[in-house]
Amino acid sequence: MGAYVVRRLFFSLFVLWGAVTIIFVVLRLVPGDPAYIMLGPDADQAQVAALRAQLGLDQSLIQQYATYLANVVHLDFGESFRLNADSMSLVLQRVPATIQLATTALLLSLLIGLPLGVIAALRAHSWVDRAISVFSLMGQSTPSFWLGIVLILVFARGLKVLPSAGSGSWAHLVLPTITLALPFLAILVRLTRSGLLEVVHEGYVHTARAKGLGEGIVVLVHAMRNALIPIVTVVGLQFGALLGGTVIVETVFAWPGVGRLLIDSIGRRDYGVVQASILLVATIFVLINLLVDLLYGFLDPRVRLAGD
Amino acid sequence: MTARRRTRAGSARIRFGFAVIAVYVVAAAIGPWLFRYNPVDTRTADRLKPPFTRLSDGSFAIFGTDQVGQDLFAQMLQGARISIAVGLATLVLAGTIGVTIGLAAGYFGGWLDGVLMRLADIQLAFPSILLAIFIAALLGPSVVNVVIVLAVANWVTFARVARGQALATRRREFVDASRTLGAGTWRLITRCVLPACVAPVLVVATVEIGHVILAEASLSFLGLGTPASTPSWGVTIANGRNYLADAWWISTIPGIALAFLVISLGVLGDALRDRYDPRLRSL
Repeated sequence: MGAYVVRRLFFSLFVLWGAVTIIFVVLRLVPGDPAYIMLGPDADQAQVAALRAQLGLDQSLIQQYATYLANVVHLDFGESFRLNADSMSLVLQRVPATIQLATTALLLSLLIGLPLGVIAALRAHSWVDRAISVFSLMGQSTPSFWLGIVLILVFARGLKVLPSAGSGSWAHLVLPTITLALPFLAILVRLTRSGLLEVVHEGYVHTARAKGLGEGIVVLVHAMRNALIPIVTVVGLQFGALLGGTVIVETVFAWPGVGRLLIDSIGRRDYGVVQASILLVATIFVLINLLVDLLYGFLDPRVRLAGD
Repeated sequence: MTARRRTRAGSARIRFGFAVIAVYVVAAAIGPWLFRYNPVDTRTADRLKPPFTRLSDGSFAIFGTDQVGQDLFAQMLQGARISIAVGLATLVLAGTIGVTIGLAAGYFGGWLDGVLMRLADIQLAFPSILLAIFIAALLGPSVVNVVIVLAVANWVTFARVARGQALATRRREFVDASRTLGAGTWRLITRCVLPACVAPVLVVATVEIGHVILAEASLSFLGLGTPASTPSWGVTIANGRNYLADAWWISTIPGIALAFLVISLGVLGDALRDRYDPRLRSL
């Protein structure tokens, strides 16, 4: 287990280094002087010169990269010229709101997605299964920015039962949570269904049934436990899409999280904040996948032994 | 028996998917000629008219009009053209990049394979919409830039499929036979390995195009995709957001059109995958 943990940790660090490097490369590949691009056409010469010095643009590419890596390690993404504050601390202030939204959406997806998937698998090829499949397909195909708008139209403008934007109370959380959860929930239904269908014909399920155990225990304890292993991994990977989705949902509902800060900062050409928010979200995602991998290795000994 | 039943059920799904997509493609191809759309045309007398309204010039607005009096239906036909064109162009670019990288990695193996596949791993470990947002923010909104951004965010799936096929094919007897007869590396890759990639890559492309069209609409909605003067569905839906109180139809109807297209592509992609290559399911 120890070697497995070390290997996963090393891979996570490698991925983070890769993410940082991709951002550096993209910033340099885009045509034009990065300082001009970051500051926009209305910047004065002094600001451009200051940013050029800060980014080390007069040095060689390798020196620039070294400076950049050192700054990232110190979580230093520079001052935000627009908001007069340290970029990283601006982003960190917004993290709790995003985590709150992502967590409630995750919980809602699990609470609805897992049972629906189990029902669909138990009644495979029946009309219930078809209805759940159609719902799942629609959930995956509905653009979330559009769903958010429709929910606002119906529940905020039409029925006037829920607020359309902002944060502060549980009522504010309802519509953004549903919007963010739906695509994730839809994928979860599909995974649970196919995962369960793959194991229901395994020997240990027959054994459990032959022992005279009730159908509920057979499914929920014996079959589900094994079906969960692939589900856990894919949930970890799909969580990235959920985090990406917060950008859109926070924009639609004016939710004060990292995603909305990211979009606002792009509009203001505040690239220090843009880089800090993207790297922070990537870090959260990598940490969650690290946790999932460790959990996976714990659930299934074959995984942690495979590379030894 | 199960397999046979599934194939039959798949045929219905394939027919449904093809039929709906054909309607969209025809509408996108000839619709803008039948229903003219001029982005700079403004008719204040016809602003924010609900669906099924006869306009001041006598024409009939089946989906209503927007904030400058444009017919929403004509605008959506134009949007269909943009969304489908962007989707196809993205797949061609992402497919070309992905297949080239995948073939190189799979055929040559060794350190090249290691480097390219670690690059793919890094990108998969990074929410692709974030990468797209970041690049789009730097490049600025334009149709060409959306295609570049989405291709960069989507090449990995193609690379993995092509690499898998290359690994499976390069040790086959007919490849060894060609090599023995003196075929060069280029010829072996293009004549022996590449053809084996075509079917799975087409299946993956069908599954992916729905995601790409959704991603384009999302970027355009955020103001990072097609510019405001190019009325893709995402732009139209974003414009309608400011008029929700007076005109529900501007945002709602293009969203339904978009969702229905993506659903049909999803149905078709899944059915093709189940029929031709169930192994691709994990992608």
